[in-house]
Amino acid sequence: MSRIGVAFDKARADGRALLVGCMPAGFPTVEGSIAAMTAMVEAGVDVIEVEIPYSDPVMDGPVIQRASDIALAGGVRTADTMRIIEAVAATGAPVVTMTYWNPVERYGVDVFARDLASAGGTGLITPDLIPDEADEWLAASDAHGLDRTFLVSPSSTDARLAMTVQHCRGFVYATAVMGVTGARARTSDAAPTLVSRARAVTDLPIGVGLGVGTGAQAGTVAGYADGVIVGSALVRCVLDAPTEADGLAALRTLSAELAEGVRNPTR
Amino acid sequence: MSADALAPVAGPQPDSAGHFGRFGGRFVPEALVAALDELDGAWRTAMADESFRAEFGALLRDYAGTPSLLYEARRFSAKVGARVLLKREDLNHTGAHKVRNVLGQALLTKRMGKTRVIAETGAGQHGVATATAAALFDLECVVYMGQVDTERQALNVARMRMLGATVVPVTNGSRTLKDAMNEAMRDWVANVDETHYLIGTAAGPHPFPAMVRDFVRGIGDEARQQCLDLTGGLPDAVTACVGGGSNALGIFHAFVGDEAVRLYGFEAGGDGVSTGRHAASITGGSAGVLHGTRTFVLQDADGQTLESHSISAGLDYPGVGPEHAWLHDTGRANYLPVTDDEAMAAFELLCRTEGIIPAIESAHALAGTVALAPKLAAELGREPTIVVNLSGRGDKDVHTAGDYFGILDKER
Repeated sequence: MSRIGVAFDKARADGRALLVGCMPAGFPTVEGSIAAMTAMVEAGVDVIEVEIPYSDPVMDGPVIQRASDIALAGGVRTADTMRIIEAVAATGAPVVTMTYWNPVERYGVDVFARDLASAGGTGLITPDLIPDEADEWLAASDAHGLDRTFLVSPSSTDARLAMTVQHCRGFVYATAVMGVTGARARTSDAAPTLVSRARAVTDLPIGVGLGVGTGAQAGTVAGYADGVIVGSALVRCVLDAPTEADGLAALRTLSAELAEGVRNPTR
Repeated sequence: MSADALAPVAGPQPDSAGHFGRFGGRFVPEALVAALDELDGAWRTAMADESFRAEFGALLRDYAGTPSLLYEARRFSAKVGARVLLKREDLNHTGAHKVRNVLGQALLTKRMGKTRVIAETGAGQHGVATATAAALFDLECVVYMGQVDTERQALNVARMRMLGATVVPVTNGSRTLKDAMNEAMRDWVANVDETHYLIGTAAGPHPFPAMVRDFVRGIGDEARQQCLDLTGGLPDAVTACVGGGSNALGIFHAFVGDEAVRLYGFEAGGDGVSTGRHAASITGGSAGVLHGTRTFVLQDADGQTLESHSISAGLDYPGVGPEHAWLHDTGRANYLPVTDDEAMAAFELLCRTEGIIPAIESAHALAGTVALAPKLAAELGREPTIVVNLSGRGDKDVHTAGDYFGILDKER
């Protein structure tokens, strides 16, 4: 079983959901992103999702777009991302990567998988790669022992849901709403239905993302999902802070609140 | 002819998943797959439905004003050294070939029971065409346009609003066409139940490239027959400009099976491909994934999309339709860059010799033809016949061209 699988099992045994926190690599700087992710781990985030910034992130809302633009303007390269993953993995927390497909293809699919594995990454979340187009990634991830997380959506048909989870390894990413990333005032009504549909066709743990930003929302999602994935709300802590120290403090506070939330599932 | 604009032909087709060789396909969030499948099904059903074809044909004829003329440009020909036949898509309603695509997709939107269309636009031409079709079909219309472009093309913003569309300035990223496309994708993911994304060119995820090609392929079907009627034979070459590439595919498709007919796509070379400031995705880019499809892309060493540059807003896009990438791979069509200066020289030449102000996009096809004519004449040992897709008119470009030629009176 993958390291992520072990972490999910442990959380399940503790009667709670796993907290996955996302941060773009190189935002606000390479060192700054390592500090941010380390602070998240120290404050109770279980798994770090390192997003490799991309110029055209169509699944991301304005907060992550802005952070990605800042990282790219700062000159972050895919190779820097590998260094960031290595540094964060050294904290002991599992590190999963997320990126759009073109940077992976440009890096070289097999080389990417090799470097990700040797940096200590557990796998890759692919927001714009569906299994239908993923032959090269299926082979590379098998060759280098990496997890594959494809997305499932409320609009996925039963047949696509079954096909997609069959190609996943590690965990499944359920997108809670029809839309892009970004904290929302209310969590989705569609998510519990989607999670139960996915459970009918897979034993893999299911993480829910899109729209979670508070401890209470994390508790709600923890009531039906195995993992709670938070991105924009965490990124905003850094984006809105007047200084880097303020950003890290805000990040610790929110991470702790979310960690508390996943330990108090609302059922 | 246009009554049968969708009649099946034996031209090249992608596989069932939309792959043109190693290009095309679907690189999209899973959330969009159901909508793309629905669209694919609706398009295939419509294509096989005579009533749809008749309705589309009637609209093209009675509303858009097609078949467009094939006009022998004698004074231009004399300067160029070739018999040049202009396919006058500039005379269509809304001023370009794009009306064919929007009418086809708007009809499909109605058939799918959707009530809202969204579109991306660069210079505003596709936005205006979409707003036009939305008004005609009583659809809600939202057009995403980079903030830089809304400022450059204020007149087209006003046109869209007059037609009842909502124009949303996009302030993300480089604030141009590619960012408008990103924003339209985001809207579509969130509102896919009632919304159709009316993509303006033969790019994006399957089925858009093949579907858009089918809606505009009347250009080539008409031109081929018109050329036979006028000259008694096929042309030696067919030329078109290539941004996303819908006008070029529209005119190429009917000729792909005619092996003796050379196909030339002219990309926007901007300041010159060697300067890095251009929009020539095939001649100056590399294979990659952008906006849902695998194709040639302007990108850096890490796969980040590079900004494109062209005097022509309609060609200013860092990707190209996957069918062009494939026609390039197979060698069936030739792709060459044309610089801003070359395009503007041809723009001026057509104005002065024929009294026709072309779109700057189409001026790239004219400039490529000017360069091609002597080579082709030498190769054939006679005057060649060249069909040029004059894909749009230049009214929208008068300000840009006036600036370029320095003929605008100074502001008081």
